Amino acid sequence: MKLVGFIIVCLTGGLLLYGTGELPAWGDPNSPASTHLSDDYITLALEQTEAPNLVTAVLADYRGFDTMFETAVVFCAGLACFLLLRDFRPKKDHYYRHVPTGVMLHVKNEARTVRTGREFEDMDREWVPSDTIIKTVCRILIPFIQIYALYVVAHGDFSPGGGFQGGVIFGSSLILLAISYNLKTLVKRVTEKFLGVFSSLGVLVYVGIGAIAMALGGNFLDYGKYAPIFGEHHIRALGMLGVEIGVGMAVTAVMVIIYINIVSEGRHDEGL
Amino acid sequence: MSWPIDLVILTFVIFCAIAAISVRDLLGTAILFGAYSFMMCLLWAVMGAVDVAFTEASVGAGVSTVFFVAAVFRTSRRTKD
Repeated sequence: MKLVGFIIVCLTGGLLLYGTGELPAWGDPNSPASTHLSDDYITLALEQTEAPNLVTAVLADYRGFDTMFETAVVFCAGLACFLLLRDFRPKKDHYYRHVPTGVMLHVKNEARTVRTGREFEDMDREWVPSDTIIKTVCRILIPFIQIYALYVVAHGDFSPGGGFQGGVIFGSSLILLAISYNLKTLVKRVTEKFLGVFSSLGVLVYVGIGAIAMALGGNFLDYGKYAPIFGEHHIRALGMLGVEIGVGMAVTAVMVIIYINIVSEGRHDEGL
Repeated sequence: MSWPIDLVILTFVIFCAIAAISVRDLLGTAILFGAYSFMMCLLWAVMGAVDVAFTEASVGAGVSTVFFVAAVFRTSRRTKD
């Protein structure tokens, strides 16, 4: 069976390689892809949208409707992870650590819980003492990662990057917090309700910007119609920035939702 | 001048891909997928598609590796075949 699979893979790969022989050369100006719309985008994008980054101009303005549904797809991925994995049953037993002595307590009666605070702290089953070096380095690093993520979102229309990349970087900074400390630290700081609201709010920001443009008398996602409110200067680039912020919010929350649900099997108690 | 760099990176991509499906340890596979994504990111950057390279670096090499490791952590590290 393995041999058959190997032969099929080789045949398909050979056919694909044979097919690529017919493709136009890399960067060929006469290739079909760069003869129809590309010229218009390259010559007119800066003038029409005032966004120096052509890729963002195409993604967030010319193809804004497309990107809106991409954001919705990311949101649906988070929703699916939540619905499939979330487990609301309470945990059977609890683990605590007496902080001054380091003694572990294993409470098997699910009705009895120990109040955590200065004396006792919550504990995982496979607890290893968290390393001071890792904790300190991550605590110093996380704010910088987050500021960089905000920079990437804010400069989406000037340099490579945008809402999606910035959102992923911001989400991974929160995941780094969960990895370097423990999952409870993250869940305590960023609650599940907040994440759910934040992810749907991101999609709502995107759709809302489009819908308000319609209410102001333009087409859906026609940022030019905001000119009476925000002024004529760079209005389309500003609209793109608003849309990117929406994408960033949705992606940040969805990344954290997916991580928390996968790593704790939906119980939101203990993880990596 | 950029063609040799392309070929070197492409060789690494193919190495990572073959290693990822032949390694038995799933944690190793997750890391190899991360390496594969990073090589693809370099390839996009060499070809001048910096936006795509950025996305590949943050999503492919960054977050999806973490998701794979998390999934391996909660299931099993061994493959059946």
